[in-house]
Order: sequence, then C-alpha cells, then structure tokens
Amino acid sequence: MEDRQRQERRNLRRGRTSSLTDRTILLPALGGAFTKLNPLRMVRNPVMFVVEVGSVITTVVFMLDLFNGTPGFSGANNQLFVGQIAAWLWLTVLFANFAEAVAEGRGKAQAAALRRTRSDTIARRLVDGKEDRIPSTQLRKGDVVVCEVGDVIPGDGDVIEGIASVDESAITGESAPVIREAGGDRSAVTGGTRVLSDRIVVQITANPGQTFLDRMINLVESASRRKTPNEIALNILLAALTIIFMVATVTLQPFAIYAGTSVTITVLIALLVCLIPTTIGGLLSAIGIAGIDRLLQRNVVALSGRAVEAAGDVDTLLLDKTGTITYGNRQASEFIPAPGVPMNRLLEAAELASLADETPEGKSIVALARRLGAAAASNGGDGMTFVPFSASTRMSGVDVDSHSIRKGADDAMARWSANELPAEVAERVAMIGRSGGTPLVVGEDHVVLGTIHLKDIVKPGIRDRFAELRRMGLRTVMITGDNPLTAAAIARESGVDDFLAQATPERKLELIKNEQGQGRMIAMTGDGTNDAPALAQADVAVAMNSGTQAAKEAGNLIDLDSDPTKLIEIVEAGKQMLITRGALTTFSIANDVAKYFAIIPAIFIGTTVGELKALNVMQLHSSNSAVLAAVIFNALIIIALVPLALRGVRYRPIGAAALLRNNLLIYGIGGIIAPFIGIKLIDLIITAIGLSA
Amino acid sequence: MVLDIIGVVVTWIAVAVAAWFLGLWMVKVFQGERTFLHPVLRPAERGAYRLMGIDEKSEQSWVGYTVSMLIVSFVSFLFTYVLLRLQGHLPFNDFGLNPQGFGPVASDLAFNTAVSFTTNTNWQNYTGEQTMSYLSQMLALVVHNFLSAAVGIAIAIALFRGLANKTTKSLGNFYVDVTRATLYVLLPISILGAIILVSQGTIQTIGPYVEAHTLEGAKQLIAVGPFASQEAIKDLGNNGGGPFNANSAHPFENPNGFTNQFELFLELLIPFALVVTFGKWVGRVREGLAIGAAMAILLVAFTVIAAIAEQSGNPALSNAGADQARTATQAAGNMEGKEVRFGPIYSAQFLATTTGTSTGSVNSSHDSMTPVGGLVALVQMQLGEIDPGGIGAGIYFMLVFVVLSVFIAGLMVGRTPEYLGKKIESKEVRLAMLAILIDVFSILGLTAIAVLTKAGQAGPLNSGPHGFSEILYQFSSATANNGSAFAGLTGNTLFYNTTGAAAMWIGRFLEHIPILAMAGALAGKKVVPAGSGTFATDRPLFVGLLIGVVLIVGALTFFPALALGPILEQLQLAAGHLH
Repeated sequence: MEDRQRQERRNLRRGRTSSLTDRTILLPALGGAFTKLNPLRMVRNPVMFVVEVGSVITTVVFMLDLFNGTPGFSGANNQLFVGQIAAWLWLTVLFANFAEAVAEGRGKAQAAALRRTRSDTIARRLVDGKEDRIPSTQLRKGDVVVCEVGDVIPGDGDVIEGIASVDESAITGESAPVIREAGGDRSAVTGGTRVLSDRIVVQITANPGQTFLDRMINLVESASRRKTPNEIALNILLAALTIIFMVATVTLQPFAIYAGTSVTITVLIALLVCLIPTTIGGLLSAIGIAGIDRLLQRNVVALSGRAVEAAGDVDTLLLDKTGTITYGNRQASEFIPAPGVPMNRLLEAAELASLADETPEGKSIVALARRLGAAAASNGGDGMTFVPFSASTRMSGVDVDSHSIRKGADDAMARWSANELPAEVAERVAMIGRSGGTPLVVGEDHVVLGTIHLKDIVKPGIRDRFAELRRMGLRTVMITGDNPLTAAAIARESGVDDFLAQATPERKLELIKNEQGQGRMIAMTGDGTNDAPALAQADVAVAMNSGTQAAKEAGNLIDLDSDPTKLIEIVEAGKQMLITRGALTTFSIANDVAKYFAIIPAIFIGTTVGELKALNVMQLHSSNSAVLAAVIFNALIIIALVPLALRGVRYRPIGAAALLRNNLLIYGIGGIIAPFIGIKLIDLIITAIGLSA
Repeated sequence: MVLDIIGVVVTWIAVAVAAWFLGLWMVKVFQGERTFLHPVLRPAERGAYRLMGIDEKSEQSWVGYTVSMLIVSFVSFLFTYVLLRLQGHLPFNDFGLNPQGFGPVASDLAFNTAVSFTTNTNWQNYTGEQTMSYLSQMLALVVHNFLSAAVGIAIAIALFRGLANKTTKSLGNFYVDVTRATLYVLLPISILGAIILVSQGTIQTIGPYVEAHTLEGAKQLIAVGPFASQEAIKDLGNNGGGPFNANSAHPFENPNGFTNQFELFLELLIPFALVVTFGKWVGRVREGLAIGAAMAILLVAFTVIAAIAEQSGNPALSNAGADQARTATQAAGNMEGKEVRFGPIYSAQFLATTTGTSTGSVNSSHDSMTPVGGLVALVQMQLGEIDPGGIGAGIYFMLVFVVLSVFIAGLMVGRTPEYLGKKIESKEVRLAMLAILIDVFSILGLTAIAVLTKAGQAGPLNSGPHGFSEILYQFSSATANNGSAFAGLTGNTLFYNTTGAAAMWIGRFLEHIPILAMAGALAGKKVVPAGSGTFATDRPLFVGLLIGVVLIVGALTFFPALALGPILEQLQLAAGHLH
C-alpha cells in the first residue's frame, strides 16, 4: 500500500502520467465534460455560456422543425444543416469542458493518492501528563500528542520534545527519512507522516480540515481554486469581445433586411460562435489548472494560482548562498608550498593531518591531496596518535612516530612554530583572506610547509544559470551571513548580480521592501522561523517542506523536495503559464479574420446581394458548407489545442523581444493563416462525404 | 500625377517636422515651464484664472477632472443653443453682425448644431451662408472650435499624466490645461494660419453679402464673411465645420492648391505633435514615436488606397466605355463631386486626412467618392479615428488600443502585461474595452435603428448599398465626432437631428469617462523598471502588433456592415448592377 502510494507520487512528480494518454484521467473527464454543462457553472465563463445558449437555441429550432415536419424555423436552411450546426455547437462546449476536466483530473489523481494517507488515525493525546486515545479528527489546535516508533503523526504540529526520524514519503515521495527535533528549524511535522524511530511530543497547530494535507487536497482538486488577477482581466476582455461580436451579429439582421434579404437564426448563431473567442475562452481555466499541475509535477505545491502567476512576473530572486549557490561548506581548493618545500611533501603532510578530521573541510583536504598525487596513507596505522582540534590550540593533526604534523589557523601555527611565518606564506595567507577564502597553514615538526586554500565551492553550472536568468530579465541577489569580503568573492565567482552580506532577518526584510518600493517583484526561499517575515513580505515565497510551520504558513508555495534551486523552475513555470494564455488569446482573436471571410460571403450567396460571393476567397463549396466548416474548425481547434494548453507553450530565455517576435509569428500570423487552411480542408471533406447538404 | 504624389509627400514631411517642434513646445506649456510667449500671454493666463476663480496650483483627481470637463461642455453647449435660438432677436440686428438678417435657428437644428460644435464634431445639418449670422458664426460656433479642441488636448494631457505619475493620483487641473491649450497652442497658430490663408485669398470681412451682376444681367448674391480666421481654427482644431456649405471645396475657404495642402497640414499638425508630447512626457520620445509610426503607416495606407480608387475611376463607367485615363490635360479618374482645382489625388488625400483626423471638413463630395474611397472614410471613423485621430482624441483612443495590444500579446513574453512599467490589470482592460464597446454600440446600434424605422429609411437619397452607406456614414461620423457627411442623406429631420446628436454625445462624453477613469486608474501606480524580460513598446515589432490589433479588434467588428455597404457597392458597380 505504502509502496504503491510512493510510486504514484513519484510518477506524478516525474510527469510520467501524461494525462492525455492516461485512461484513469480521460474517462472521468469525459463524464466531467457533461456534468459541467450545468448552466449555473457555465455562466462563470461568459464566452462558453454564450455558446451553450446558442446550442440550446439551434437545438430547439432543429427539434421544432423535426416534429412539425416543416422548415418553419430553420428558414432557408435545411434540417440536416441545422442539426449539424447544433451538434457541433454542443461539441464546442463539451470540448472546452473536457479540457478543463482533463486538467482537473491530474490534480484529482494526486489528491486521491494524498487522501489515502489521511486515513483516520488514533491520536495519543496528553492531558495533564496522562495519555488518552482519541480519533485524530477530534484533535484541536493546541493539543499535545505523543508519537512513537510506527505511529502515524495525527496532525500538523511542532515537535516540542524529543527527536525522531520521520518517513515523509507520503507527502514528498522521497523515501529517505528526515530528522525532526524540538526547537530550531526542523521542528515541524506533517500529519500523515510516520515516525520511524524514537519518541517525540508534538503540539498540534492546525484544526481538522485545515491541515497541510487538507489544503493540498483542496488545492489539487481545485475546489478552492479562485481566479487569479490576470485571469479575471482576461475574462473581462473576452466577455467584452463577446458583447462586441453580439452587437455585430445582432445588427447584421436589420442590415440584411434593408439590403432585401435576411439571415436565419442558425447562421447568425453560427457566426456569433465563430467570432467570439471560444478557443481561449474554452481553454483558459485548463491553462490555469495545468500551470499549478506542472509545478506539482516538480513537487512544488502552489497554495494559490496567484502565486504561480506572480512567479512569471518576478524581477528579483533572493537566493540563499548556502545550498543554492555553494555546496554550503568550505572545501580545499589549492595547496601552496612554502619556498623550498616540494609540493608532494606538503600534500602528504596535509593528508596526514586531516586523516582523522571528520569535518567536510578535513575530508575535502584528504580528497584533494590524493587527487593531486599524495599516496593514500592508511587511517589509524601503527604509531599514529591523532590530535583533535581544540578551541584553545586552534589546530589539529597527528603524531606519527616521532614527527608531529599539524594544520591550523595562521596565527596559531605561527605560535606553534615559535617563529614568524615565512614572508611568502604570510603573504599567501593574507591573499587568501582577501579573496574570501580561509587559509590553513600546515607544518611538520614546528616547520611551516605551506598553505591550504579552503573556500566555498560554487556549484558547477550556477554561473550559466545566472546568465540564463539575466536573459530572462531577472536579477539575482545572494543572501549570506558571511562578511562582505567573502560574500563579494563568492558573488564574483558565481556571477550573481548583487549580494547582501551579514544578512539578518531584519536586513532581509528591509531589502525586500526596498526592492518592492522600486516596483520590483521579489521571489525568495526560506525554511526557518526567522525567514517567516521576509517570506510573508515577498511576492513569491517558496517555503521548504523541511522548514518550520511558521515558514510554511508564510510561504505561498511549498517545495516538497526542499531544494532551493527550484525557485528558477518556479519562475519558468509561471512564465510558461502566462505565455500559454497570451498565445492562445492572440491565436483566438487572429482566427476571426478567416472566419469572417468564410461566413459573410456564405450568408449572402444566392441572395439579392450575391455579388458578395467575391469575398469567398477560400472558394468554399456552398453557403451551408462554408458555415459548417467554420463552426467545425472552431470546435476542433479547441480539442486540437488541449495538449498545448496542458503542456504549456515552451518558454525559452531568449529575451522578451525575441520571445515576442517568435510567438507573434506562430500564434499571431499563424492564427490568421491556419483557419484559412483548416476551414478549406474541412469544407473539402464535408463536401466530399456529402454532409454539406 | 508624379507632381501630385510629390505634393502629398511634401505635406507629410512638413507635418512631421513641425509636429516635432510643436510637440516639444506643448510639453513646456503643459508642464508650466516658461516660454518665449510668456511676457505676452502669461498676464492673460493669470487674468483668466482670476476671472474663473481658479487656483492654478490646485490639482484634480480623475473624477474632478471629468466633472469639470462635463460642466464646461454643458454650459458652453447651452450658451450656443440659446444664442442660435436668439439669432435675429438680439439688439441692433445682432450688434451689426447679422447683415443678412437671418432669423432664429429651428429648435431641433439648434440642438443638433450646439451638440455638434460642443463635441468637436461640427456636423452641419444647415447651410452656413443661408442660416448663420456673423455673430452666430463667430461667437456661437467658433468659441467651440477653440474650446472643444482645447478640451481634447486637455484630456490627452490628463492621460499622459496618468501614465507618467508614479506617486500621485492627480491628473492636473482641467481649467488650467484648457486655458493653456487655448492661449499657448491654438491661438498663436490660428492667428498665423489665418494670416497665411488671407494672403492666399481666403475671405475675411464683416461686410454684407456682395451683389454681382452676371453677364446675362441676372443678379447673384455672393456670400462672404469673416471666414479666414474661422478657417484656420476649423482645420487646426479638427473641427471641420466650415462657414460655407461647400466647406473647403468653396474657393473663399480654400482658394488654391497651396491652401488645400496648408489646411491638411493644419489638420494633421496637433494630433501628430501630441505623439511627441506624449513620448517626452513619459520620459522616452521613442514610445511616442512608435505610436506616431503606427498612425502614420495607417494614414499613408488609407490615403494610398483612396487615391488609387479615385484615380482609377468608376468601374461602371469604364465598363460603359468612358475614358477615365489620366492625360496631360485631364486629371481623370472619378471626378464626380470633385473640384477641378484639386483632382482625384488631392481630394483622396483630403478625404483620408479629414476622416483619419476628426476634422470632417471636405474639399469634395464624399458621397460621390468611389465605394472604396467611401470605405476608407468609413473605416477610419469606425476605428475611432486614430490615424492620427482627432485633436487629443487621436492619441487617447490610440492609447486604448495600445493598452489592449499590450494586454493581448504582452502575456506572450511571460509576464503579466505592463505598459510603460505600469501593470495593465482588470480595471484598465475593463475601461479600454468599454471605450471600444461604446463606439461599436453607437455606430451599429443607431444604424440598425435607422434602417428599421420609417423615419430612418426616409433619410438616404439613394437606394441599394449606397443608401445603406449613407446611413452608416451618418452614425460613424457622428460617433467619431468627425462631422463629414455622405451628403445624400437628408440629415435635417427630427429623427436624424436627435439620433445624430445622441451619437455625438455618446461618442464624445460617454467615451471620455472611461478614458479619464483609465488615466485615474493608471495614475499613482508603481512603475516596474524595464529589463530584458519586459515587453518593449518602442520597437517596429510593437508598431506592427498595434496596427494588427487596431485592424482586427477595431475594424473587423464592422466588416459585416461594410460588406453590405461600400464593399457590396463596389462589387455591384464592377458587375454592372446599378440601383
């Protein structure tokens, strides 16, 4: 059971379930397409609501004439034509609903997997030091519970006593257990996760129904999905365009009558539906849901759609140095022998002095020395006495036979050698310090052999990543507790645009407010309680799932993998969602040109104003086939674009100008040309199979 | 023909050069900087504020600005209405300025005319030389030629402030902007313009009409008047309401080829200058030039289309064997309704200019243009006049399209849309779309009412598509506050006087409210600094996008109506199907 869940979560995360080929998503979505026909739901989407009303009217026209046996309502049109139009209009609505249902389906599958972990557990509540057992659903904020090996943690909370390893795979899909302990930044536990060792006491921080898991389920099921600001604005545009085209179609009738002819209601509705922006209107909500889903696949939970949208707008990224830009610990990067000392001697001395040093720095010295050619000395050989680091001596090392080998800070080593450091060594030490690194001096038997350069190692590839971000128009600011000297060195090496050294929570907050005051949007990651104010202030705040409850409360996105570099992917996902919206809006509006040229001449072929057939530039077969082809194209284009809506238009960091040019070419110019070809092809097909009636 | 084309191009070049300097001048004027005219005009400006009781330092929100605009417009409308109704009843034969002794103007006509001039439309359902006394011309009508133009400039400036202001919600002071527009911009240029026109023979007298004896011995009354001064502001202020019924086709208004091009120059001057003012105002002249480029490209394209159509002549006449080819001795083309002095190309340029701006003055009969020529006029007005559009109105309506372009396509760079660093959100989109909706509702809605009602159907002189075009033209022109007409429509009826007035009100004041509200929404918004990820709005690509949005969102809506009007007419002419 647990394995299956984990597998499901991993699959979802890696996007292995392509929702368009996954039957478990497709079949329910088909049903969803129909249940969504409920007019009370449809009215929230004005464009598609108009199409639904149009479908109803054409269906009524078709039915009345069918039962009466006279073409009274369908007018000049024959009934086969009216019936087909009605059917395609219904399909237009259903296709749009289907798109939304598929997008939701992926979230639902994820929610189901999550819900299985929420099976009610028995909580061991502590009241006045005594334990009572109650169902977890009765836990309230402030209750204190005990969890021991094998227990499922009954609700979200903070560890107030003890330390334990916890299996959080149900939430994160990651099987390696994590440590949770009282105090500090690793105190938060999530309901539904399992204690693997030891015993902890947890204070519950969420009432039932409001836990992290509940919120996640809600979100992915899109029950609490609210329209984002840009979605609202886009909806206004689409609604207004719909009204404009309604005026254009409604007034066409009197104009036609004045010209001595008239248009049937079926054709008017067909024209209206073709002109209003059904493509984007039908796919808009699917795009939004898919945007949240795409983040979910990368194991990031967006607590609101707004956060995803804001991610696209971010101007400045605040990145913690440790873990994001550097590996987080100093490593040996260079050995510099003192004058007259062979390199190999320094390497071997450094290796020996660090053999017993279990710190990351020590290990890195051994590793680098061996890579540079030092013979691998065995640990703990005969006659080796290790001298551990102590705060008073500020050096460590080893005594081998009668030799003593030490490494340590420059001043401590000078004292040990009872001499001033050789001038070259002293100079080198100063240089390393200036460059932001940490110098270690190595000596044998009170003679200085040389210097080890320890420094923060910048992650490979991060420089390119920052260059890419710059091309995306983003500024990066490194946040570090280091002194300005060290910070500047790392900033230079990593290619970050700016840095904040000796950062405190107050200074971080100040920096964010300052940037925002200049109109910039800020994204940051954080995990500690002291990050919470800054997270709350930032526009896009990614809280690490490993972080404290306070941080998670303050963030609007939660990264289940607790990987600070995710910020970059989040920004990309936001941009991708916005681009997809813009591309389909442009495409939808550009399509109108061809539709006018299909339908307007078609309406008037064979009437008193038949000369308008000159506008039939596509040489469509007949009046009926032209209208039908336009309506069919309009419906099919929705379904054809569902994969694009769900996958999103690819975002490439090539700068706004190039991006706009490419997308305008594809979706703007393409949007003008595509329907000319599509409508012509459909016209040929329906004429060939005799449906053009 | 080559010389005609050179004449057209030279005019455009002159506009471009003059607009640059005038644009920079207007920045100084409206930002209250000292100019070389200050010693003369500053006392007058101060006096005006004292008279009105205005504190020039006080600032208004968009609501205050709008209310002031509406009050001034309504009061001045009443003033004109009353003056027209009292014509002939004022003491001393209207103070000696009614030599022909014209009586009061009929109430529905006075209403229509007052609305028409207040709204900068200058739709004329009357014949000037047979209806209006000199007093009415100079006081009741010319006041509006200045005032309505100044109001247009003021609203554009308010919108610029909205786009540029980062910290305050204020849009400036309506009264101050109108006063400065009148004193520092409209008056000096009109005076210069009038002098130039007089030098070319445009008439300027307050003497009575002249009686002439023809060769046959018949008596002919020749209308004259103080018209050169009126002519200059008529064109400069994009008003278009000429003192003569024949408007700029009349030799006393527009005596020769030079004045013809000079009038076109005046019509285009301020709308293009405001583009420069805008760019400078928001801190990047290029932003303004990009908008100006879009306007210019549309104007050139429409002018070329009209010129080709008019020079090609009427296809029905060609089919009938008429020779419409240009020769050394005849301009040829479609000469119906055109002055021989101007010929088809200069007439086509005038048509494209007068409907691309909101002027509406004419040097030929638009009704007699080829259907394609008429189509050009119709489309430009239905777009809301944005190439370069009315005085002030052109740029603020173009900015509506800019907001929409940015909103529609701006998302494609992966950011929520912003223009000049200001986020375009639901409020701005709602107001921009409202402005376009009002335009569409008024033009298509009123045209539909007209073709459905007996009173409306009685208007057009022609049957068939041309009759339909006449009605469509009436409401396009009135809504766009253009004022030119397809004269085949009998407009001086109760139905057209009132529906026309309604269209003019809607097109002017209903349109101003969302635009000022948009200015208010934008004012005080934080500005996002531009970076490599932001959408550039000063590049050729954006110019192309803007033109595309203008044509697809602005013009396609009217495609069905245009198909049944000028497009059908052209096709029928070619097919020999005449009405």
